[in-house]
Amino acid sequence: MIEAGKPIFVQIAEQIENDIIDGVIEEESPVPSTNEFAAFHRINPATAGKGVNRLVEDGILYKRRGIGMFVATGARERLVGVRTEQFRAKFVGPLLSEAATLGITPEQVASMINEYNVTDRKASTS
Amino acid sequence: MTLTDTDTAVRVVGLTKKFGTFTAIDDVSFTVERNKIYGLLGRNGAGKTTLMQLLTGQQFATSGTLDVFGASPVENARVLQSVCFIKESQKYPDSFRADHVFASAPWFFANWDAAFAARLVDDFRLPLKRPIKKLSRGQLSAVGVIVGLASRAPLTFFDEPYLGLDAVARQIFYDRLLEDYAEHPRTVILSTHLIDEVSNLLEHVLVIDEGRILMDQDADELRGTASTVVGKKTDVDAFVAGRDVISRDGIGGLASVTVGGLGEAERAAARAAGLELSPVSLQQLIVQRTTSTTATTASPASPASPTIDPTVTKIDAWSARS
Repeated sequence: MIEAGKPIFVQIAEQIENDIIDGVIEEESPVPSTNEFAAFHRINPATAGKGVNRLVEDGILYKRRGIGMFVATGARERLVGVRTEQFRAKFVGPLLSEAATLGITPEQVASMINEYNVTDRKASTS
Repeated sequence: MTLTDTDTAVRVVGLTKKFGTFTAIDDVSFTVERNKIYGLLGRNGAGKTTLMQLLTGQQFATSGTLDVFGASPVENARVLQSVCFIKESQKYPDSFRADHVFASAPWFFANWDAAFAARLVDDFRLPLKRPIKKLSRGQLSAVGVIVGLASRAPLTFFDEPYLGLDAVARQIFYDRLLEDYAEHPRTVILSTHLIDEVSNLLEHVLVIDEGRILMDQDADELRGTASTVVGKKTDVDAFVAGRDVISRDGIGGLASVTVGGLGEAERAAARAAGLELSPVSLQQLIVQRTTSTTATTASPASPASPTIDPTVTKIDAWSARS
Protein backbone atom coordinates (compact mmCIF):
# COMPACT_ATOMS: atom_id res chain seq x y z
CA MET A 1 0.00 0.00 0.00
CA ILE A 2 0.96 3.66 -0.11
CA GLU A 3 3.65 4.66 2.38
CA ALA A 4 4.78 8.06 3.61
CA GLY A 5 7.98 9.82 2.63
CA LYS A 6 8.16 8.60 -0.96
CA PRO A 7 6.47 10.16 -3.98
CA ILE A 8 3.23 8.30 -4.64
CA PHE A 9 3.75 8.26 -8.40
CA VAL A 10 7.01 6.35 -7.88
CA GLN A 11 5.20 3.84 -5.68
CA ILE A 12 2.47 3.35 -8.29
CA ALA A 13 5.07 2.78 -11.01
CA GLU A 14 6.93 0.28 -8.80
CA GLN A 15 3.75 -1.63 -8.00
CA ILE A 16 2.92 -2.02 -11.68
CA GLU A 17 6.51 -3.13 -12.31
CA ASN A 18 6.22 -5.70 -9.51
CA ASP A 19 2.99 -7.04 -10.98
CA ILE A 20 4.67 -7.42 -14.37
CA ILE A 21 7.73 -9.18 -12.86
CA ASP A 22 5.50 -11.49 -10.78
CA GLY A 23 3.41 -12.27 -13.84
CA VAL A 24 0.22 -10.88 -12.27
CA ILE A 25 -0.12 -8.69 -15.36
CA GLU A 26 1.09 -10.45 -18.51
CA GLU A 27 2.66 -8.84 -21.54
CA GLU A 28 0.19 -7.49 -24.09
CA SER A 29 -2.55 -7.45 -21.46
CA PRO A 30 -4.23 -4.29 -20.13
CA VAL A 31 -3.33 -2.50 -16.90
CA PRO A 32 -6.02 -0.81 -14.77
CA SER A 33 -6.94 2.75 -15.69
CA THR A 34 -5.63 5.80 -13.87
CA ASN A 35 -9.01 6.32 -12.21
CA GLU A 36 -9.11 2.70 -11.06
CA PHE A 37 -5.68 3.09 -9.47
CA ALA A 38 -6.81 6.35 -7.85
CA ALA A 39 -9.98 4.84 -6.42
CA PHE A 40 -8.23 1.67 -5.21
CA HIS A 41 -5.34 3.41 -3.46
CA ARG A 42 -7.40 6.49 -2.51
CA ILE A 43 -4.97 8.84 -4.22
CA ASN A 44 -5.24 11.79 -6.56
CA PRO A 45 -5.90 10.63 -10.15
CA ALA A 46 -3.26 13.02 -11.53
CA THR A 47 -0.66 11.45 -9.27
CA ALA A 48 -1.66 7.94 -10.37
CA GLY A 49 -1.46 9.14 -13.98
CA LYS A 50 2.07 10.37 -13.40
CA GLY A 51 3.13 6.89 -12.28
CA VAL A 52 1.55 5.26 -15.35
CA ASN A 53 3.09 7.85 -17.67
CA ARG A 54 6.52 7.18 -16.27
CA LEU A 55 6.22 3.56 -17.39
CA VAL A 56 5.02 4.72 -20.81
CA GLU A 57 8.14 6.88 -21.10
CA ASP A 58 10.26 3.89 -20.12
CA GLY A 59 8.58 1.80 -22.83
CA ILE A 60 7.17 -0.67 -20.29
CA LEU A 61 3.59 0.29 -21.08
CA TYR A 62 2.09 1.58 -24.30
CA LYS A 63 -1.19 3.21 -25.14
CA ARG A 64 -3.83 1.78 -27.41
CA ARG A 65 -5.89 4.71 -28.49
CA GLY A 66 -9.38 4.66 -27.02
CA ILE A 67 -8.79 1.39 -25.13
CA GLY A 68 -6.15 2.01 -22.47
CA MET A 69 -2.66 1.04 -21.36
CA PHE A 70 -1.05 -2.30 -22.19
CA VAL A 71 2.15 -4.05 -21.12
CA ALA A 72 4.73 -4.01 -23.91
CA THR A 73 6.30 -7.20 -25.21
CA GLY A 74 9.70 -7.78 -23.59
CA ALA A 75 8.78 -5.55 -20.63
CA ARG A 76 9.32 -8.30 -18.07
CA GLU A 77 12.80 -9.18 -19.28
CA ARG A 78 13.86 -5.54 -19.26
CA LEU A 79 12.47 -4.95 -15.77
CA VAL A 80 14.22 -8.03 -14.43
CA GLY A 81 17.49 -6.73 -15.93
CA VAL A 82 17.08 -3.33 -14.28
CA ARG A 83 16.08 -4.87 -10.96
CA THR A 84 19.07 -7.23 -11.02
CA GLU A 85 21.38 -4.24 -11.32
CA GLN A 86 19.51 -2.51 -8.48
CA PHE A 87 19.76 -5.69 -6.42
CA ARG A 88 23.54 -5.58 -6.70
CA ALA A 89 23.70 -1.95 -5.59
CA LYS A 90 21.02 -2.17 -2.92
CA PHE A 91 21.79 -5.49 -1.27
CA VAL A 92 25.21 -6.84 -2.27
CA GLY A 93 27.05 -3.58 -1.53
CA PRO A 94 25.60 -3.07 1.99
CA LEU A 95 25.97 -6.80 2.67
CA LEU A 96 29.70 -6.70 1.98
CA SER A 97 30.30 -3.45 3.88
CA GLU A 98 28.47 -4.79 6.96
CA ALA A 99 30.48 -8.00 6.62
CA ALA A 100 33.70 -5.96 6.48
CA THR A 101 32.85 -4.16 9.75
CA LEU A 102 32.37 -7.57 11.39
CA GLY A 103 35.62 -8.89 9.88
CA ILE A 104 33.88 -11.38 7.59
CA THR A 105 35.63 -11.89 4.26
CA PRO A 106 33.67 -12.00 0.96
CA GLU A 107 34.62 -15.71 0.70
CA GLN A 108 33.05 -16.37 4.09
CA VAL A 109 29.96 -14.44 3.00
CA ALA A 110 29.74 -16.60 -0.12
CA SER A 111 29.94 -19.82 1.91
CA MET A 112 27.34 -18.45 4.33
CA ILE A 113 25.01 -17.93 1.39
CA ASN A 114 25.64 -21.45 0.10
CA GLU A 115 25.10 -22.99 3.53
CA TYR A 116 21.96 -20.91 3.96
CA ASN A 117 20.72 -22.38 0.69
CA VAL A 118 21.47 -25.93 1.86
CA THR A 119 19.59 -25.54 5.15
CA ASP A 120 16.83 -23.78 3.28
CA ARG A 121 16.48 -26.71 0.88
CA LYS A 122 16.48 -29.18 3.75
CA ALA A 123 13.71 -27.25 5.44
CA SER A 124 11.61 -27.19 2.30
CA THR A 125 12.01 -30.94 1.51
CA SER A 126 11.33 -32.19 5.05
CA MET B 1 -19.38 27.81 -19.90
CA THR B 2 -18.99 31.57 -19.96
CA LEU B 3 -15.70 31.57 -18.11
CA THR B 4 -12.58 32.87 -19.79
CA ASP B 5 -10.46 30.08 -21.13
CA THR B 6 -7.28 30.00 -19.08
CA ASP B 7 -5.47 27.34 -17.08
CA THR B 8 -5.70 29.47 -13.98
CA ALA B 9 -8.64 29.38 -11.59
CA VAL B 10 -7.28 31.84 -9.06
CA ARG B 11 -4.54 34.46 -9.32
CA VAL B 12 -3.54 36.43 -6.23
CA VAL B 13 -0.89 39.16 -6.23
CA GLY B 14 0.30 41.04 -3.15
CA LEU B 15 -2.94 40.40 -1.28
CA THR B 16 -3.22 41.91 2.20
CA LYS B 17 -6.16 41.90 4.61
CA LYS B 18 -6.11 43.81 7.88
CA PHE B 19 -8.67 43.80 10.66
CA GLY B 20 -7.79 46.97 12.56
CA THR B 21 -4.16 46.55 13.53
CA PHE B 22 -4.20 42.77 13.00
CA THR B 23 -2.83 41.61 9.66
CA ALA B 24 -4.68 38.39 8.80
CA ILE B 25 -3.28 38.05 5.26
CA ASP B 26 0.14 39.53 4.70
CA ASP B 27 1.22 40.34 1.13
CA VAL B 28 0.37 36.95 -0.33
CA SER B 29 0.87 35.92 -3.97
CA PHE B 30 0.02 32.57 -5.56
CA THR B 31 -1.97 30.96 -8.35
CA VAL B 32 -4.36 28.02 -8.35
CA GLU B 33 -4.39 25.96 -11.53
CA ARG B 34 -7.61 24.60 -12.89
CA ASN B 35 -8.88 21.09 -12.27
CA LYS B 36 -6.50 20.24 -9.46
CA ILE B 37 -7.18 19.36 -5.84
CA TYR B 38 -5.38 21.78 -3.54
CA GLY B 39 -4.79 21.51 0.17
CA LEU B 40 -4.89 24.80 2.05
CA LEU B 41 -3.17 23.91 5.28
CA GLY B 42 -2.08 25.79 8.36
CA ARG B 43 -2.61 26.22 12.07
CA ASN B 44 -5.60 27.82 13.77
CA GLY B 45 -5.72 31.52 13.01
CA ALA B 46 -3.15 31.21 10.22
CA GLY B 47 -5.50 32.98 7.80
CA LYS B 48 -7.06 30.08 5.87
CA THR B 49 -10.68 31.08 6.34
CA THR B 50 -9.96 34.76 5.72
CA LEU B 51 -8.20 33.85 2.49
CA MET B 52 -11.18 31.79 1.33
CA GLN B 53 -13.58 34.57 2.27
CA LEU B 54 -11.53 36.97 0.16
CA LEU B 55 -11.55 34.56 -2.77
CA THR B 56 -15.33 34.19 -2.57
CA GLY B 57 -16.03 37.91 -2.32
CA GLN B 58 -17.18 37.77 1.30
CA GLN B 59 -14.39 40.02 2.53
CA PHE B 60 -12.80 43.04 0.88
CA ALA B 61 -9.05 43.09 0.41
CA THR B 62 -7.11 45.85 2.14
CA SER B 63 -4.66 45.91 -0.76
CA GLY B 64 -3.44 43.77 -3.62
CA THR B 65 -5.34 42.06 -6.41
CA LEU B 66 -7.17 38.79 -6.73
CA ASP B 67 -8.79 37.21 -9.76
CA VAL B 68 -11.10 34.24 -9.78
CA PHE B 69 -11.62 32.91 -13.32
CA GLY B 70 -10.10 36.15 -14.61
CA ALA B 71 -12.18 38.67 -12.65
CA SER B 72 -12.66 40.02 -9.15
CA PRO B 73 -15.19 37.89 -7.24
CA VAL B 74 -16.65 40.85 -5.32
CA GLU B 75 -20.29 41.41 -6.34
CA ASN B 76 -19.56 39.48 -9.52
CA ALA B 77 -22.45 37.13 -10.29
CA ARG B 78 -20.62 35.46 -13.18
CA VAL B 79 -17.73 34.44 -10.93
CA LEU B 80 -19.81 33.57 -7.86
CA GLN B 81 -22.04 31.23 -9.87
CA SER B 82 -18.97 29.12 -10.53
CA VAL B 83 -17.91 29.02 -6.90
CA CYS B 84 -19.14 26.88 -4.03
CA PHE B 85 -17.89 27.63 -0.51
CA ILE B 86 -18.63 25.06 2.18
CA LYS B 87 -17.90 26.50 5.60
CA GLU B 88 -17.25 24.93 8.92
CA SER B 89 -20.47 26.32 10.37
CA GLN B 90 -22.94 27.11 7.65
CA LYS B 91 -26.06 28.96 8.83
CA TYR B 92 -29.41 28.14 7.24
CA PRO B 93 -32.79 29.83 7.58
CA ASP B 94 -34.45 28.78 10.86
CA SER B 95 -37.28 26.74 9.38
CA PHE B 96 -35.07 24.86 6.90
CA ARG B 97 -34.82 21.11 6.63
CA ALA B 98 -32.10 19.24 4.71
CA ASP B 99 -34.46 18.60 1.79
CA HIS B 100 -35.09 22.38 1.56
CA VAL B 101 -31.36 22.95 1.23
CA PHE B 102 -31.05 20.42 -1.58
CA ALA B 103 -34.21 21.73 -3.31
CA SER B 104 -32.83 25.29 -3.35
CA ALA B 105 -29.29 24.31 -4.32
CA PRO B 106 -30.03 24.22 -8.11
CA TRP B 107 -30.89 27.95 -7.94
CA PHE B 108 -27.28 28.68 -7.04
CA PHE B 109 -25.39 25.91 -8.82
CA ALA B 110 -25.83 25.36 -12.55
CA ASN B 111 -24.18 21.91 -12.45
CA TRP B 112 -26.24 20.59 -9.50
CA ASP B 113 -26.75 16.83 -9.76
CA ALA B 114 -29.86 15.86 -7.77
CA ALA B 115 -29.34 12.12 -8.29
CA PHE B 116 -25.80 12.36 -6.93
CA ALA B 117 -27.09 14.35 -3.94
CA ALA B 118 -29.73 11.68 -3.26
CA ARG B 119 -27.06 8.98 -3.34
CA LEU B 120 -24.93 10.96 -0.88
CA VAL B 121 -27.93 11.41 1.44
CA ASP B 122 -28.18 7.59 1.54
CA ASP B 123 -24.42 7.23 2.08
CA PHE B 124 -24.45 9.63 5.02
CA ARG B 125 -27.83 8.38 6.34
CA LEU B 126 -29.00 11.96 6.58
CA PRO B 127 -32.60 12.55 7.79
CA LEU B 128 -34.13 14.84 5.17
CA LYS B 129 -37.31 15.86 6.98
CA ARG B 130 -35.78 16.85 10.30
CA PRO B 131 -35.31 20.59 10.96
CA ILE B 132 -31.66 21.56 10.46
CA LYS B 133 -31.61 22.98 13.98
CA LYS B 134 -32.25 19.46 15.31
CA LEU B 135 -29.46 17.77 13.35
CA SER B 136 -26.33 16.57 15.14
CA ARG B 137 -23.02 18.34 14.48
CA GLY B 138 -21.93 15.53 12.16
CA GLN B 139 -25.21 15.53 10.26
CA LEU B 140 -24.95 19.28 9.79
CA SER B 141 -21.49 18.79 8.34
CA ALA B 142 -22.90 16.09 6.04
CA VAL B 143 -25.38 18.63 4.62
CA GLY B 144 -22.46 20.90 3.69
CA VAL B 145 -20.40 18.07 2.23
CA ILE B 146 -23.32 16.94 0.07
CA VAL B 147 -23.87 20.50 -1.23
CA GLY B 148 -20.15 20.84 -1.94
CA LEU B 149 -19.95 17.59 -3.89
CA ALA B 150 -23.28 17.60 -5.76
CA SER B 151 -22.93 21.26 -6.81
CA ARG B 152 -19.96 20.32 -9.01
CA ALA B 153 -18.94 23.99 -9.04
CA PRO B 154 -15.86 24.70 -11.19
CA LEU B 155 -14.21 26.03 -8.01
CA THR B 156 -15.20 24.40 -4.72
CA PHE B 157 -13.91 25.41 -1.30
CA PHE B 158 -14.22 23.04 1.65
CA ASP B 159 -13.32 24.86 4.86
CA GLU B 160 -12.83 22.20 7.55
CA PRO B 161 -15.96 20.51 6.20
CA TYR B 162 -16.18 17.53 8.51
CA LEU B 163 -16.49 18.77 12.05
CA GLY B 164 -18.22 15.96 13.96
CA LEU B 165 -18.23 13.54 11.02
CA ASP B 166 -17.29 10.02 12.09
CA ALA B 167 -14.46 8.08 10.47
CA VAL B 168 -16.82 6.16 8.18
CA ALA B 169 -18.47 9.34 6.95
CA ARG B 170 -15.09 11.01 6.35
CA GLN B 171 -13.96 8.01 4.31
CA ILE B 172 -17.18 8.24 2.28
CA PHE B 173 -16.46 11.91 1.66
CA TYR B 174 -12.91 11.20 0.42
CA ASP B 175 -14.06 8.30 -1.78
CA ARG B 176 -16.95 10.19 -3.36
CA LEU B 177 -14.80 13.27 -3.88
CA LEU B 178 -12.14 11.25 -5.74
CA GLU B 179 -14.68 9.29 -7.74
CA ASP B 180 -16.65 12.33 -8.82
CA TYR B 181 -13.54 14.43 -9.43
CA ALA B 182 -12.22 11.73 -11.77
CA GLU B 183 -15.41 11.90 -13.81
CA HIS B 184 -15.98 15.65 -13.54
CA PRO B 185 -12.60 17.35 -13.08
CA ARG B 186 -12.81 20.67 -11.26
CA THR B 187 -10.78 22.85 -8.94
CA VAL B 188 -11.11 21.89 -5.30
CA ILE B 189 -9.53 23.74 -2.38
CA LEU B 190 -9.64 21.67 0.77
CA SER B 191 -8.76 23.29 4.06
CA THR B 192 -8.26 20.89 6.94
CA HIS B 193 -6.27 19.96 9.99
CA LEU B 194 -6.49 16.24 9.26
CA ILE B 195 -3.50 16.35 6.93
CA ASP B 196 -2.64 12.65 7.21
CA GLU B 197 -6.13 11.68 6.11
CA VAL B 198 -6.22 13.85 3.00
CA SER B 199 -2.57 14.04 1.98
CA ASN B 200 -2.89 11.35 -0.71
CA LEU B 201 -5.84 13.13 -2.31
CA LEU B 202 -3.97 16.38 -2.83
CA GLU B 203 -2.12 17.31 -5.97
CA HIS B 204 -0.80 20.61 -4.66
CA VAL B 205 -0.22 22.01 -1.20
CA LEU B 206 -0.46 25.60 0.02
CA VAL B 207 0.69 26.08 3.60
CA ILE B 208 -0.18 29.36 5.25
CA ASP B 209 1.28 30.55 8.53
CA GLU B 210 0.70 33.89 10.24
CA GLY B 211 -0.90 35.26 7.08
CA ARG B 212 1.98 34.31 4.79
CA ILE B 213 2.37 31.49 2.28
CA LEU B 214 5.00 29.19 3.73
CA MET B 215 4.87 26.44 1.10
CA ASP B 216 3.43 26.37 -2.40
CA GLN B 217 4.42 23.01 -3.84
CA ASP B 218 3.41 19.88 -5.68
CA ALA B 219 2.30 17.42 -2.98
CA ASP B 220 4.17 14.48 -4.45
CA GLU B 221 7.40 16.46 -4.82
CA LEU B 222 7.09 17.58 -1.22
CA ARG B 223 6.58 14.02 -0.06
CA GLY B 224 9.85 12.91 -1.60
CA THR B 225 12.09 15.71 -0.40
CA ALA B 226 12.27 15.64 3.38
CA SER B 227 14.00 12.99 5.46
CA THR B 228 14.93 12.63 9.08
CA VAL B 229 18.61 11.88 9.57
CA VAL B 230 19.48 10.02 12.74
CA GLY B 231 22.92 9.13 14.07
CA LYS B 232 25.84 10.25 16.19
CA LYS B 233 25.55 13.96 16.84
CA THR B 234 28.93 14.82 15.29
CA ASP B 235 28.17 12.78 12.13
CA VAL B 236 24.68 14.23 11.76
CA ASP B 237 25.92 17.79 12.27
CA ALA B 238 28.63 17.27 9.65
CA PHE B 239 26.10 15.92 7.16
CA VAL B 240 23.39 18.56 7.61
CA ALA B 241 25.78 21.54 7.64
CA GLY B 242 24.70 23.99 4.95
CA ARG B 243 21.48 22.08 4.22
CA ASP B 244 17.85 23.08 4.60
CA VAL B 245 17.30 22.08 8.24
CA ILE B 246 13.60 21.90 9.14
CA SER B 247 13.81 20.71 12.72
CA ARG B 248 16.34 19.41 15.19
CA ASP B 249 16.01 16.99 18.05
CA GLY B 250 18.39 14.89 20.08
CA ILE B 251 19.16 12.92 23.20
CA GLY B 252 22.61 12.43 24.67
CA GLY B 253 25.11 11.95 21.87
CA LEU B 254 22.36 11.12 19.40
CA ALA B 255 20.86 13.66 17.02
CA SER B 256 17.77 13.52 14.85
CA VAL B 257 17.52 16.26 12.24
CA THR B 258 14.89 16.70 9.55
CA VAL B 259 16.25 18.17 6.32
CA GLY B 260 14.64 19.03 3.01
CA GLY B 261 15.85 18.65 -0.54
CA LEU B 262 17.82 15.42 -0.36
CA GLY B 263 18.51 13.76 -3.71
CA GLU B 264 19.22 10.08 -4.28
CA ALA B 265 23.02 10.63 -4.26
CA GLU B 266 22.84 12.55 -1.01
CA ARG B 267 20.77 9.82 0.59
CA ALA B 268 23.36 7.28 -0.44
CA ALA B 269 26.09 9.51 1.01
CA ALA B 270 24.21 9.71 4.31
CA ARG B 271 23.85 5.93 4.47
CA ALA B 272 27.52 5.51 3.63
CA ALA B 273 28.35 7.84 6.54
CA GLY B 274 26.51 5.42 8.83
CA LEU B 275 23.44 7.63 9.27
CA GLU B 276 19.91 6.33 9.36
CA LEU B 277 17.28 7.91 7.12
CA SER B 278 13.59 7.76 7.82
CA PRO B 279 10.70 9.18 5.80
CA VAL B 280 8.70 12.21 6.90
CA SER B 281 4.96 12.32 6.29
CA LEU B 282 3.35 15.42 4.85
CA GLN B 283 1.71 16.07 8.21
CA GLN B 284 4.97 15.76 10.15
CA LEU B 285 6.68 17.99 7.63
CA ILE B 286 4.04 20.71 7.90
CA VAL B 287 3.88 20.47 11.70
CA GLN B 288 7.65 20.88 11.87
CA ARG B 289 7.70 23.74 9.38
CA THR B 290 4.95 25.69 11.11
CA THR B 291 6.30 25.05 14.61
CA SER B 292 9.82 26.13 13.80
CA THR B 293 8.75 29.47 12.35
CA THR B 294 6.81 30.42 15.47
CA ALA B 295 9.68 29.19 17.64
CA THR B 296 12.05 31.66 16.00
CA THR B 297 9.73 34.62 16.44
CA ALA B 298 8.60 33.86 20.00
CA SER B 299 10.92 33.89 22.97
CA PRO B 300 11.90 30.34 23.92
CA ALA B 301 10.59 30.59 27.47
CA SER B 302 7.04 31.61 26.56
CA PRO B 303 4.69 29.66 24.31
CA ALA B 304 3.58 31.21 21.03
CA SER B 305 1.35 34.24 21.48
CA PRO B 306 -2.37 33.48 21.46
CA THR B 307 -3.91 33.58 18.02
CA ILE B 308 -6.75 35.94 17.31
CA ASP B 309 -9.72 34.79 15.34
CA PRO B 310 -9.57 37.04 12.28
CA THR B 311 -13.18 36.30 11.40
CA VAL B 312 -14.82 39.46 12.61
CA THR B 313 -17.86 39.37 10.41
CA LYS B 314 -19.49 36.18 9.22
CA ILE B 315 -21.56 36.68 6.14
CA ASP B 316 -24.03 33.99 5.33
CA ALA B 317 -23.32 32.51 1.90
CA TRP B 318 -26.97 31.80 1.20
CA SER B 319 -28.15 35.31 1.96
CA ALA B 320 -25.11 36.80 0.18
CA ARG B 321 -25.95 34.86 -2.94
CA SER B 322 -29.63 35.78 -3.14
